[in-house]
Amino acid sequence: MSLITIAGRERLSHTAPIGPPPSPFLGRHLRPLAVPIALLAIWELLAHAGVADPRFLPPLEEVVARGVAEFSRGGLAFNLLASLERDLIGFVCGSVAGIALGLAIGFSRLLERLLGPVLLVHRQIALFAWVPLISMWFGGGEAGKVVFIALAAFQPALINTWQGVSGIPRSYRELAEVLTFGWFDFARIIAIPGALPQIFTGLHSALIYAWTATVGAELLLNIAPGIGGRMNEGQHLFHMDLLLLCILLLGGVGVVFNVIAGSLEHRLLRWRIP
Amino acid sequence: MTGPVAISEQGRGQSHALEIADVSKRFSVAGRRVQALSHIRLAVDDGEFVSIVGASGCGKSTLLRLVLGLDTDYDGDIRVDGHRVERPGLDRSIVFQEHRLLPWLNVEANVAAALRQSGLGAAERGELVRDHLHLVGLDQFAKAYPAQLSGGMAQRVAIARALVTKPRFLLLDEPLGALDALTRLRLQDELQRIVRHEGTTAVLVTHDVDEAVYLGDRIVIMHPHPGRIATILPVTDAVSRDRSDPNFIRLRDEVLSWLGVSRTGIDADAELARRSA
Ligand SMILES: Nc1ncnc2c1ncn2[C@@H]1O[C@H](COP(=O)(O)OP(=O)(O)OP(=O)(O)O)[C@@H](O)[C@H]1O
Ligand SMILES: [Mg+2]
Repeated sequence: MSLITIAGRERLSHTAPIGPPPSPFLGRHLRPLAVPIALLAIWELLAHAGVADPRFLPPLEEVVARGVAEFSRGGLAFNLLASLERDLIGFVCGSVAGIALGLAIGFSRLLERLLGPVLLVHRQIALFAWVPLISMWFGGGEAGKVVFIALAAFQPALINTWQGVSGIPRSYRELAEVLTFGWFDFARIIAIPGALPQIFTGLHSALIYAWTATVGAELLLNIAPGIGGRMNEGQHLFHMDLLLLCILLLGGVGVVFNVIAGSLEHRLLRWRIP
Repeated sequence: MTGPVAISEQGRGQSHALEIADVSKRFSVAGRRVQALSHIRLAVDDGEFVSIVGASGCGKSTLLRLVLGLDTDYDGDIRVDGHRVERPGLDRSIVFQEHRLLPWLNVEANVAAALRQSGLGAAERGELVRDHLHLVGLDQFAKAYPAQLSGGMAQRVAIARALVTKPRFLLLDEPLGALDALTRLRLQDELQRIVRHEGTTAVLVTHDVDEAVYLGDRIVIMHPHPGRIATILPVTDAVSRDRSDPNFIRLRDEVLSWLGVSRTGIDADAELARRSA
């Protein structure tokens, strides 16, 4: 192990920084926060300067107060959990199905020729165009919502897995032949790990798509516990602070998903050292 | 099967361990036909070490691919023990021109991958992998990933992967090209020792004429356009595998002149005198 770190250190010395040293204040961690903070500041300014009607754009502190109140009563936390649960079920179903079909199509020339064109057309159909059909087939209740979320996750998981597997270089396929691998070894040792970076890209997108679809399903299908339900309420009762709070919450969850996916990806793809 | 006598007779009389019988191979590149190999005839006996030298593009890698059974679309016949090669098998292993290690597996796992189809138990496999990493001097790097290795180290892992199955035929496509001179010399000796010790039959493609003479029992010299065998030179025992032997230098010069390179300009005897001075 010590030798490996030495090798790693050698590599570092090759890529010594050439450009100007990074600024100490706007470092790696603060930079991504700069724009959101600026936007919040502008919002606050607009609300207090009397430019915007406070009924439509309540100041930030009102939204925060609303958030504190909601969470201390447990109402919003309950709704958030309901949304997350729905999202997770849909995401898991959709991405498992997408990865499985993507692998099958990536392995089988026949399947690729049969299903490939259909799936590429399917990709062209806007996700929300499925809402009426799904609500007819599965109803507007929980089943319909989960199917819709799963469909959202399915698409990117499938396409990326498929393209990851079919993008395995010919030289590796040749190696598998030389080592007399059967399809199982080929999948386990070459195809799946080789496609893994792209499968992760697919899962990452699927995570975000599924979250978008969760809110969409809650807004467009039957009212049920969930963030979308609270947003409907905010809209109908003209509770702007609640509406804005929900939007901030949605963004926050998205960011958390991004961070989790990014760090998992980094950890599982350690072999991509350079 | 008509009995042991008939088999042994056939073995002695007609079939060689590896027989490349009048093999021709064409590619079409951008609508144009390229004759990669033309009427290649070569018979290799068990335990023999054959070196192949030739200009870039004369079809050396293509020939190895055909022997592996990666491509069966050619004219002529390639036979092992008289049976036509239909597909790759663990009796033939190769060190590719580029190391072709799997970047997501560490060194150990890359070598172990070759044993997936060996039918051996986990303990046996682990031991074989360790032995062969030791052989190429990389025991310390068992857990390293290919991206953490130098080109030469990666090539040594590839050699370990090719040897770990104890193949009957070892095909080597410029395996030492990326190595520094010292490692190269050491691995040449190592290769020779392993091949002798295991009784492996080896076919080595190389651009290094010294290497071809040093390791080969015979040297196949190929010419390009179309890829063909120009001549096959035996390496007699008199050459004795001593790089400074006048016979060694004479044979090396002969190979070079077949390759169209003017002689080194150093008379063998003069060189010998210089070296001993
Ligand atoms: N898959 C292929 N498709 C088309 N042409 C090919 C293919 N593989 C090889 N060739 C052609 O066959 C010829 C021989 O190629 P090959 O790789 O066997 O040469 P080589 O002797 O190994 O050269 P080098 O010493 O540079 O490795 C070349 O002209 C090349 O263009
Ligand atoms: Mg080649």
